[in-house]
Amino acid sequence: MAATPLIRIEHLTKRFGGFTAVEQVSLDIMEGEFFALLGPSGCGKTTLLRMLAGLELPSEGRILIDGQDMSSVPPNRRPVNMVFQSYAVFPHMSVKANVAYGLKIAGVPEPERTDRVMEALALVRLEGMADRKPDQLSGGQRQRVALARALIKRPRVLLLDEPLSALDAKLRETMRFELTRIQETVGVTFVMVTHDQDEALAMASRCALMNRGALQQVATPSDLYEYPNNRFVADFIGSVNLFEGRLVVDEPDHAVIASDQLGARIFVDHGVTGATDATVWAGLRPEKVEMAHLNGAAPPARVGVPEGHNLVRGTIRRGAYLGSETVYDVALESGAEMRVLRSNVTRYVDREFAEGDAVWLSWAPRSPAVLLS
Amino acid sequence: MRRREPVAPLDYFRRWPIRLWLAATMVFLYAPLLCLIAFSFNESRRNIVWTGFTLDWYGRVFQNGSLLEAFGNSLTIAAVSTLVSVVLGALVAVGLWRFRFPFKPAFEGVMALPIVIPEICMGVAMLVFFSRVIPWPGGMPWPANLGAIIIAHISFSFPFVAVIVRARLASFNRELEEAARDLGAGEFRIFMDILVPHMRPALIAGALLAFTLSLDDFVITFFTAGPDTVTFPVKVYSMVRFSVTPEVNAASTLLVLLTILLTTIGLRLQGGPVASTQGNH
Repeated sequence: MAATPLIRIEHLTKRFGGFTAVEQVSLDIMEGEFFALLGPSGCGKTTLLRMLAGLELPSEGRILIDGQDMSSVPPNRRPVNMVFQSYAVFPHMSVKANVAYGLKIAGVPEPERTDRVMEALALVRLEGMADRKPDQLSGGQRQRVALARALIKRPRVLLLDEPLSALDAKLRETMRFELTRIQETVGVTFVMVTHDQDEALAMASRCALMNRGALQQVATPSDLYEYPNNRFVADFIGSVNLFEGRLVVDEPDHAVIASDQLGARIFVDHGVTGATDATVWAGLRPEKVEMAHLNGAAPPARVGVPEGHNLVRGTIRRGAYLGSETVYDVALESGAEMRVLRSNVTRYVDREFAEGDAVWLSWAPRSPAVLLS
Repeated sequence: MRRREPVAPLDYFRRWPIRLWLAATMVFLYAPLLCLIAFSFNESRRNIVWTGFTLDWYGRVFQNGSLLEAFGNSLTIAAVSTLVSVVLGALVAVGLWRFRFPFKPAFEGVMALPIVIPEICMGVAMLVFFSRVIPWPGGMPWPANLGAIIIAHISFSFPFVAVIVRARLASFNRELEEAARDLGAGEFRIFMDILVPHMRPALIAGALLAFTLSLDDFVITFFTAGPDTVTFPVKVYSMVRFSVTPEVNAASTLLVLLTILLTTIGLRLQGGPVASTQGNH
């Protein structure tokens, strides 16, 4: 990766009256990245994006693009273009006029302007639609117009505000691949805002998860899922079983958490570097828990796990069939509940588990994520 | 037995009392107008008995110098006051929509006052204003002698334009403006390229309203007009004081035709390429 980031955000804060929308955010985004700002609604991700575009001015901190301070640069002079949530396609202009608008203002002369418009329309696969009006286009096509219109100015950074939220489910999936393809073709750095974790995980090369104006974690999608920083991250990305406990053993190569909530000891195959006896949380993803019938058999043994660790008994309370997988809620003897996910490898009619079954639940020593906050 | 189709909940016009109501409305609205038009072709001087068809009265209208002059005055006043009202009204609407400033609610209320003030009060106020406060100099060449009437007409028609444009702006998607700015447009470009096209239907509707308000205004004009600045409604009024001749009918018919023509053009312009702007969210 290049040494200097394309975008450097330093201690950025934005206050609206008494409300702090973005608080002390520092972040580097590299050239060519597909970066996602992820978080629940109202977490400040859109405000952050609008500050990058210059549509909002920061209360504190600054933004550098290509090493240049953007504080005093108005939106129309930034090397940045944006695709708006409503697409904001100019309704009274044809597709061609929409796409050409930025070039017209920049004073790009005629033969070149039309060439670049056609090139941009080809990129988003709208060649035949140049003379249509926006009201003759579908939602997906309007989004493509907005994309072409923003990309035609050859920005260093393309900002996308909830690009897929207005599309229906099938189209959303198509556009995911389209956006990734376009990003790979033009090589422009994309910064996308989304509240949809699937979208961020599927498309982004790196994500920043925000909550209440502050950054929670910046990582690749897989790190965000597998190595969450804290309970908020673990809970927001995918679903997770969280159990509070005490750190009783903390060695460089293993650690043990005693959890009354779970009613068992959790053994992990790495050190935690927390104070012994500190309160910690163990996050267990539903697909990483294994389930076996109890029916009098001995509990499944696991290599490398001390006896009685990473093992609980429970009763299946309900199962929700989701097609490719089934989600079971298992009531534990401690009174807590554990969610377990099983792939439907065989047809569901021959299902292995039913409501009311007594089961063993176990997991590998590397599966739990130990969270200090 | 004949099978009757059931009446759907919104199928009002298939119920006979509603049809009767509709017919009555049509009669009371349009029968007087039809009479006016019919009798403009009547041979008789008197407006009560039909004696035969003629186009003479239309000829008389075009020979009546003072009536034509009044007609010309009315059109000039309407054209100028419409133009100014649309520009002024649109700017007021944009200002109210776009900016926050002290006493904004008060300003908004005062601005709309001419819509609700009784016309007679406006008329008297204008009379006092132009005779005592700022007298409009008399004896000026045409069309400068119409100045006082034009100013009076602007003052009661621009609030209508402002109200209509303001309502239209409420449906404006601010992201359009931001998108234009993001693409490099400055304030003036954004106004001309994005905001004006969005306002267009309202500007046309406002212009239409301002034009017709001005064209048929009698009360306020009556109080502000001098002896040498007679408008069409004032002239018709003075003609009617002697007797309602078919000549008046003919002149009125021409005015009705003109209004219908302008309205049609206006609606045509409105229904054009911008009609769908609202559906873009």
